[in-house]
Parts: sequence; structure tokens; C-alpha cells
Amino acid sequence: MDAMKNGSGDTVAGVSRRSFIKGVIAAGATVSSVSYLFRGNGFAQVNPGIAGAVERMVTLTVNGQKRRVDVMKQETLAMTLRYKLGLTGTKLGCDRAECGNCTVLIDDVPHYSCSVLTHTARASKITTIEGLASADGKLHRVQQAFIDELAPQCGFCTPGQIMSAVGLLKVNPKPTRAQAAEAMSGNLCRCGAYNNYLNAVMRAAEAS
Amino acid sequence: MASYKLIGKDFTPPDLLGKVTGKGKYAEDFRAEGMVFAKLLRSPMPHAKVRQIDSRKALAIKGVFGVLTADDVPKVELPHEPILTNEPLYAGEPILALAAVDETTAANAIEQIKVDLQPLPFVIDPLESLRPGGPNACSEGNVANRGIKLQTIKWTARDFAAVNQGKLPLGKPAEEWQYGDIEAGFKEAELVIEESFVTQSLSHHSMEPRTAMAYWQNGKLYLHGSCQSVAFAVPGIAKLVGINPAQLVFIAENCGGGFGSKGTGYPQWGIPALLSKKINRPVMLRVSRTEEHAIGRARPSFQGYVKIGFRKDGRITALDLYVIQSNGPYEGFPDFRNSAGGVSIVYQPLAMRWRGMPVLTNTPPRSAQRGPGENQMATAIEPFIDKAARKLGLDRVAIRRINAPGHDGKYGGKQVPITSSYLRDALDKGAARFQWDKKKALSGQRKGTKVTGIGVGVAYHSAGRTGFDGLVLIKPDGKLYIHNGTGNLGTFSYAATSRVAAEVLGMPWNRCEIVFGSSGRNMPWNSPQVGSNSSFTMSRTNYVAAMDAKKKLQEIAAKEYNGQPDDYDVANGRVYRKSNAAQGLSLADAASRAIKLGGKYSGQELPTDLNPLTARSASALAGQGLMGVAKDTLPSKGIVPAFCAAFVRVEVDLETGHVDIKECLGVADCGTVLHPESLGTQITGGCVQGFGLALKEKHVFDPKFGLSATKGLHNAKLPTYLDVPLEMQWDAVNKPDPHNPVGARGIGEPPTGAASSAVVCAISDALGGVYFNRAPVSCDMIVNAVEKKSQSYKPLEVEV
Repeated sequence: MDAMKNGSGDTVAGVSRRSFIKGVIAAGATVSSVSYLFRGNGFAQVNPGIAGAVERMVTLTVNGQKRRVDVMKQETLAMTLRYKLGLTGTKLGCDRAECGNCTVLIDDVPHYSCSVLTHTARASKITTIEGLASADGKLHRVQQAFIDELAPQCGFCTPGQIMSAVGLLKVNPKPTRAQAAEAMSGNLCRCGAYNNYLNAVMRAAEAS
Repeated sequence: MASYKLIGKDFTPPDLLGKVTGKGKYAEDFRAEGMVFAKLLRSPMPHAKVRQIDSRKALAIKGVFGVLTADDVPKVELPHEPILTNEPLYAGEPILALAAVDETTAANAIEQIKVDLQPLPFVIDPLESLRPGGPNACSEGNVANRGIKLQTIKWTARDFAAVNQGKLPLGKPAEEWQYGDIEAGFKEAELVIEESFVTQSLSHHSMEPRTAMAYWQNGKLYLHGSCQSVAFAVPGIAKLVGINPAQLVFIAENCGGGFGSKGTGYPQWGIPALLSKKINRPVMLRVSRTEEHAIGRARPSFQGYVKIGFRKDGRITALDLYVIQSNGPYEGFPDFRNSAGGVSIVYQPLAMRWRGMPVLTNTPPRSAQRGPGENQMATAIEPFIDKAARKLGLDRVAIRRINAPGHDGKYGGKQVPITSSYLRDALDKGAARFQWDKKKALSGQRKGTKVTGIGVGVAYHSAGRTGFDGLVLIKPDGKLYIHNGTGNLGTFSYAATSRVAAEVLGMPWNRCEIVFGSSGRNMPWNSPQVGSNSSFTMSRTNYVAAMDAKKKLQEIAAKEYNGQPDDYDVANGRVYRKSNAAQGLSLADAASRAIKLGGKYSGQELPTDLNPLTARSASALAGQGLMGVAKDTLPSKGIVPAFCAAFVRVEVDLETGHVDIKECLGVADCGTVLHPESLGTQITGGCVQGFGLALKEKHVFDPKFGLSATKGLHNAKLPTYLDVPLEMQWDAVNKPDPHNPVGARGIGEPPTGAASSAVVCAISDALGGVYFNRAPVSCDMIVNAVEKKSQSYKPLEVEV
């Protein structure tokens, strides 16, 4: 495991077994040995020679940690995060790029993880809602602003909203309210909490 | 309780941290050992009979564990909705469910199932079903609702004589009421307007689809579901799957939006529950967005007629209302009935008649949707109030004010009294803050292609119930545990109302814990989190439970230090002698004394009037501390109302028909404000949903095949960040209701109807008095109106 070839020929280096296990423990979740969704281990191994098959074990960089995970070629990042890595903070509202509930950062840019194939994110830095707070539990300033402004209502779209806000503030630390609305407009909220969400984004921008 | 320490103050509800960190769990976030996945086989036709199902090939696939069909689930009689059906009544209705090791296997196996379907006649438009010889949505009839048995009603050709001119047929109704003499009222009127109108159906589309996971352990069903309510849902779920309520653990910590569609439960929960039982494994049913459109409920459309008589000063002398409701294929929800109640309370007509007709349609099942009936009716009727104001030369706020109820206002056909009304105050406060008189001057002003319009709208919903139970526990750790079974819909009212118990007991909030989210955590029998009622209802139950605990604390102190219980007071975590504060007990010590004393003090003996569910929970907690437990028998008389007045400014683009909402202010009359921040979110969020109701959201069905053209979120056109004003405003009257111990009433629903009607009225204002008699008012309708072209829909046509 110290150095392992993955499907694209990249070498995953610098992750010792010990640090990998530590990382897994720190994340509070284990890489599941059972694949819940799409074809699981037992099935695909029945026919490893599927045309166009790619290596299934890949290493993802999620929330600053290298995570080895068994991924199907058609698997979306949202499913990998939720069902393989136990990161259920990323929500699925539509699974077809309409709602933005599943927004995560890929190399600091907000993406709908329901519409990203996991394989395409191998070389990237992935950040989910679980990766925002610091190790001691101190909330990211955007998270804190969302609490201070009582921004969420039902809360289902909130992780995606927060990830979009974090992505916005990385490229535009002092947005106008109109710029924030534009940047957040890929995230639907059926409770209609847009006003409080914008209040929170503007508060977080001030705090930066 | 004159001055409050907690009530009316902002605080951070305990579930908020989980919502911003992703740790808060929704139904799809739970896992169980050996969990498998279910997929649905759904009807491709709007109405059919299943002649045969052949699952053999599917069952032979490795990794497939079994199927569930209508023959495996408890039978229900129409018009009740079954878990699975052999007579699908709408396109997308579940016929069969299959469980497999993973979703791909399940989906592939579903493809291998052969279902022989016999297509049957279907109907999308209620009027078509009422025509002589028109189709029925189900084989046993075309009219039904709560309290109206399934039956067949057809009207005569004569009833339909003027339908092509846009006049609603007014055949024999399924239900009607009247008070006062409407004919005399119309005679007395200075102005009588007569209008037909249409409001369209729309889906709830909560962000969280109704995904559910179920498993059985030691004879008990564990169900993780997305639900607005917890305790109240238990008996219904138990009945659905045929078990005793004590055999159910229902977990619903967070609900990713419901808006009425997840009020107390839905039959589709039976799928993972019964499939799990059949194959003896935990089953997760992930519901897709397309499936959510089909099974996730919708607001019914209305085809209506109204005749209103006005005095010179705008007072309504008589009102005659007829509402035909697209009921969906099953029992549906009494929007058509509520709509009349809403009209009666908001305008207080001196005489009124209502007639209603719920007609079954082969469309997704209906349920309550935020202000069910009241809000689509407000959107339809408020423009007619404007039309009258224009004709009579009256101010639009003034005409609403003169008709608005005071505390002596009445509701509905039986003219039931109401607990209080400050609707006039809400209108006054809103008009002042919005600067209505000044902004009126902007009406019709044109800048380039854009014209400004100003609108006001008013809406109502009932906002309180009585008779539920409260349960609190003070443990030897000195903390107050408030057991709250109402649910966690996202309004934070579960938390705001819990603070009433802390207020009564003078308990610092940081020493209180709210116990909620699962029937396994010993919930009292609480109100469902529906109908804007939590604030009123739950503050009463928490009040009575806390008062019971307070009385017991006083008795324990009197036992300890002599004197009478009344000599003692409770505050700051202590029970102490009023005349000598040093003499007393900490609540921690009092809790230990209560455990030693046993009996009623620790919940070993319970009041006899408790609901069995409360009694079971209280018994499970008995002996752990000092228990406060009681049924809400506080006096209350009549309807508990919630009102909202909304004020908007819009810019209508005459070239594109786009409506830009520049300003929106909602002012609530909801009694005492419990929690200002969450009230603000309810008002502004409710207004946003109103924008969808006014401008965009509707069902569109292909009339030839009965299939939906608006399944996804993109086609459903929910409001986005870019469809709402950049900053929204809210306010509240904040005057107490005399029938609640802290003066609170609910508010969740009326802001939606107030804002939707204000927006539609503002469009008509911008266009100088063009009334559409239809909602939503879409861009094409505006462009057609501006160019004086005919509209693309036929008169009274729905789902277009």
C-alpha cells in the first residue's frame, strides 16, 4: 500500500499504511468493504474483463486525507462519498444536476458531485462539508455565519449552500450581495431560505 | 408571565450545528448491517389494470432477494391510497418493488419483469370527468374526499352550456354551506363582480425525496423516514403495516422539507417496511426526483367561480363561491373546503354561500401544501378585490382593512368564533413600513421596457390545536429534559416551544435538553407538525407539563421545609421559599427526592386522561427524576387564526413578460413572537414559495397520454436566488392571543398566499388593471395580454 499503481498509471506515494489508517480513524469512518450501490465487489469480480474496464481501487484526496476506495467506472462522486466513504453530509436532492444539494469543492471549485464521475477526480483535492471545520471542531467562518444568521431551515440543501459559499469566497472574498446571489444561484432551497443564506454569506465575507 | 427571559429572544436551536456540519442525519444517511436496496416498477400509464406480473426471470438473477406486489400488502378500500396497486390510477404509481444487493442489480432485474397492463380511460381535467359520459379516474367513481364517499357524479350538457365562454359550469355540488341571505346582499351592493378562475396544481418537491429505510429486530419495525411529525405519525404507520404501535420505532430526526407532503405519513413507507419483513433484511428505498414528482404529492388545482357584492365603502355584502378541485386519484385533501373557510375569515362577508366539488383525476396524489386551499384561493380572489377597489375608487389596503376580521370575526359556514385577530394591525404596520401611500405613485411608471406595479395580499390559515400531552423530566443531574414529539420540519418551532417549559420553571436554557427525533426516545402524544399549529399547540403542552412539574417541586419543598406548596417558587434551577430564598432545594436534589417519593412525583402514577402513547413513554421514564406530565385541557374556544399581509413592488418587462420582484415585506399576525429569527425565516421563506405559486410553478400534462411534462426540478421551476428580491423584509404585530398561555399562535402557511396574491395583484397593477383569472401568471400570458392576443390555453383548462 505504500506505493500502489492505480488505473491511470499514477503512483500513489507518500501514504504509509499507518498514516492511512490514522486518517481513516480521524475521519470517523472506514472505507466500506461492502459496496452498497451499483455493482459491488463480489459481482464485478465475477467478470473482471469487462470491455473498457478500469482499475477499481483508486486513491482520492478527500478533506486532506488520502482515501483508498473501490470505485465502479460509472460511479459518481456523490455516491462514492456517501456510500463508500461514509460522508453523508453531501446530500442528493435530484441526482441530475438540478438542485446543487450535492455541491462539493474539487480543487476549490464548487461542483455538483452527482454529476462528476469519481474516476475523474482522482488527481484532485476534494472538500466536503465534513472537511470544513478544523480538527478541534472549530467551525469554518462560513459555517459559523450560517449558524449566526439562522440561515438553514430544513437543512437538507445547507451543506451544498455552504460549499458554494466557501467556493465563492475563495475567488471573491468581498462579494456584493448581488454577486453572492449569482454565485449561489445553482443551489436550490425549497424552504426559500435565500435571504438568510445571503445574510450568512455576507457575514462570512465580513469576517474574512 | 409578564416579562419573559426566553420567550421572544433569539437562540441557537440544537439541530443547527448538525445542519451546517453535515452531521445531522436524514433518512438516507442511516445504514444497517446487511442493508439492501429496493427499486420500484411504476405504471407507465395514467390508468390501467394489471392483468399479470411475471417476475421469474428477475428473481433468478443473482443478488435479487425478492419482490413485493399489491398481493403482498394490506388491502385498502378506494378512495384510500394503497402501498402498491393492481389498478394504477396515475402515471408513475408503484406497482411492484424489488430488493437486490445493489441498485444496479435491482434496476436491471426490474427490466426483466413482465407486466401485462390493460389501459383504461383516464382523466386529467376535472371538468371532463363531470361532463355527461365523461371518464372516471377510477373504476368505482369520480368524486371523493375526506367525509365524501367515493361516488359517480355527472352534470348535464346544459350545465356546460357556457363553458367555452369561460364560465364555470355550476352543477350540483358534493358539498355546500351558506350563512345569511346572499341574494339580499347582492341587491344591497353598489358593485357586483362575477368571475371564473383557475389555479394550477404544483408539486411540493421538498429537497429531500421521501427515501426511507426499514428493518425488523425482535419483532419490532425500525423505520427511518422523512416526516414532518414523529409521535403523531406512529399510529398511522403501525396501521399501514399491520402492527401494534408499541412494535414500531420511528426515527425522523431531520426532515428535509415537507410543506404538507410529509405531514403524518404516506403509504409508500409500507414498501421498505414490508419488503424488509418479507426478505428478512434491512431495505433502503431511495426515491429519485422523478419518483418524487409522482408519489411526492401535489397541491390540487382549482376551477372556480365567484360572485362578490361590494358596498360603496368596499365592505363585502355577499359572496358566492364555487370550487372544483382536481383531487388526484385518491382521497386527497380538502383544499376546496379550506378555501371557503379562508375567504370567510379574511373578508367576513355579511352573507356567503360556498359550493364544492372534489373530482378524481389520474394525476399524482394530492396532499396539503402550505396553506392548502387558502393560498391558491388567495391568489385567485385577491385580484378581484383589487378590481373592485379600482371600480369603486378605493385604496387597495383600505378595502382589505374594512373587510378584515376583528376579535369578533367569524369563520366558515357555521360562523365559528376566533380566538383573536390583529389582521388590521398587520395591514397598518405593513402599509406604514412599506410606505404604501408613497409607493402607490409608482404604479404603471415605465422605464424602458419595464413597468412598475405595487401589490398587497392577505392570507390566512388556522394555527392551533388542543388536547395533546406534554412531558418533561427533571433529572438528578439538575437538567430539564423536554420530550418533544412534534417533529423537526425545519421551522425550529419544536425548539422555540420547548422554551416555554424552561420559562415556566425559570430554568436557564443551557441546562435544558430537548429530547426529540425518534419514537424510541419516549415521546408524548404531540400534535403533528402541520397546519401552522406547533407554536400554539406545543407551547400549551409544554406549559401544562412544566406547570405540573412546578407544582410537584413546590410540594416537595413544602414536605422538606414545612408550610404550603404556595409558599415556594421555582426559578434559576431552585425551588425556594418566597419569604426566604435561602431555604430551598436545587432542582437536582428535588429530582432525587422525587425518585425516593415515587408515585406521581417520579411518574410511577400517571394522570388518567393521558393518551396511551404518552402513558407508555412516561412509564418508560418513570423513576428517573421528577416528572411533569399532563394533557392540555387549558380553555380555548373557536378557530385559532394566523394571518399575513404582504406588500410587493414588481417590475414587469413588457417585451419578455418577465416579472422581477424588487421588494417584498411580509407582516405576520401570529400572537406573541416566540423566536424572532425563526419567525423571520418562516415569513420570508413562505413568501418565496408564494413567488413560485404566483409566477412559475404548475403541472403540465399531455392530455393525450396523461403523462407529466414537468417531472424534474428544472421544469417545476422552483424559485431560485435570482427570482427573489435581493433583500427581503418581515415584521410582526406581536400582540398576544388570549387563548395561549404565552400568547403564541402559528404562522407557517399564510406568508405564501399573502406573497403570491400580492405578486399577482402587482402585475395587474403594472398593466393598468388587466386581470388574468389564472395562476400562475406566466411570462407568455403577460406578453399575450400586452399584445392583446388570445392566450394559449382554453378557458378554464387546467394542467396546461
